[in-house]
Amino acid sequence: MRRITLWLMSTLSALVLLFSYPTSTSAKAKTTVQAEAPVTESAAGATGSTDATSGAATSDSSSADNSTNDSASQSDSSAGDAAASSPSSSSSSDSTSSGSGASSAADGTYTGEEVMTRWGLVQVQITVANGKITKSGVTQIPWDNPRDQQINSYAVPVLNDEVIAAQSASIDMVSGATVTSNGYIQSLQSAIDQAHL
Amino acid sequence: MTAATQPLPTRARPAQEPHRGAPVIGRKAFVEMIMGMPISLHVKAIDPERADIAAAAANAFTTLRRVDDLFSMWRDDSELRRLQAGTITPGECHEWQAEVLDLALAAEEATDGLFTAWFAREAGRPAYDPTGLVKGWAVEQAAAHLRIVSGISFCLSAGGDLVVGVGRGMREIAPTWRIGIEDPRAPGRIAATVELTQGAVATSGAAARGAHIVDPGTGERIARPGSATVVGPDLMWADVWATAAYVDPDAARERLAAATHDYALTVL
Repeated sequence: MRRITLWLMSTLSALVLLFSYPTSTSAKAKTTVQAEAPVTESAAGATGSTDATSGAATSDSSSADNSTNDSASQSDSSAGDAAASSPSSSSSSDSTSSGSGASSAADGTYTGEEVMTRWGLVQVQITVANGKITKSGVTQIPWDNPRDQQINSYAVPVLNDEVIAAQSASIDMVSGATVTSNGYIQSLQSAIDQAHL
Repeated sequence: MTAATQPLPTRARPAQEPHRGAPVIGRKAFVEMIMGMPISLHVKAIDPERADIAAAAANAFTTLRRVDDLFSMWRDDSELRRLQAGTITPGECHEWQAEVLDLALAAEEATDGLFTAWFAREAGRPAYDPTGLVKGWAVEQAAAHLRIVSGISFCLSAGGDLVVGVGRGMREIAPTWRIGIEDPRAPGRIAATVELTQGAVATSGAAARGAHIVDPGTGERIARPGSATVVGPDLMWADVWATAAYVDPDAARERLAAATHDYALTVL
């Protein structure tokens, strides 16, 4: 009887421990997210912390990104991810409106509110210069399962401030209006092909 | 003394450092002219010279040539032209004919007529010409040969419309491809970039081939400047929406938003 009581007590305390654990971590996660918003508003350097939160489940893919891009373009690429999933279109329009409200006067980087979507939390950030949005991106995207990753890989092209030569853009491939066999020799893609044949 | 020599632990993410001991990813390009356009296949792998990669590349090119044999509208001996000429019956055709026909109907339906594969003839019934979607569909068929190769990442481009994909075992560690979108007003220069690990990018415009896109509403060829780029999961649909958006950007944007959220449109 004494052993049974002991066993029951230990099971109970184990259960209590078990239940208390996830609560404390999720509370922690929440604070991280909230602390993030003001940081991103002022500085682009917060990208790192964003990665840490949203990319936790998929450290592989985020490190793969980092290996090819510097941290600035990393935010670009997640920027592209914005319009990828449907929710972002609504959330990006949110941030655009808040941005344009302020853009008439102030340049800077604006972070929209977190929006809960079918796929998870999405947060959009835009950069305004001379009253125009020069950069938009998602600072927080759902990365919970492979399907999410797939959706998020459909990025929106990031418009350059001005048209740049291909060399300085360091691009892998070219998408353009259909090139014919005759036009190929002068094409950008041809130059890139030559470098890797 | 250890404290003096040992560097302080930093919070820098290790990924920003060059990967020490990580394998160097090589890259190899394959180029062939098929369907009257350059097909560029680029493969990233630790050893891009592997024989199985070359074999898969050959299979991909063979698939594109096969599609050209079946669907070319410029060759009298293509299966579709022979079918239209009445020298063969539908029953003798490859099953892909029915598949593409279904997709052509679906594309016209989804875009509410901004994309069509049926073009008006003088005093006649509309003529069926699926060229506008065959290319994107064919590249997806060809890419299937590459998706089964282990340890590779690839980009297959047919005249500027391209698929980025990964082979087996690469889904979680897929490298990013940086795609430059050509400025339609300054050929040879890049107006935008998009980064993908998987997906498709299609661009429609008159910059490279002149006016070849027909407005289904008017039957006229469109010669305005600019281009439309669509990024999404499947190249055939990306291409269909890019064509629709070149015809009528505003209407296409509206219909795309109503039809799917998986494709993103950029008009330049």
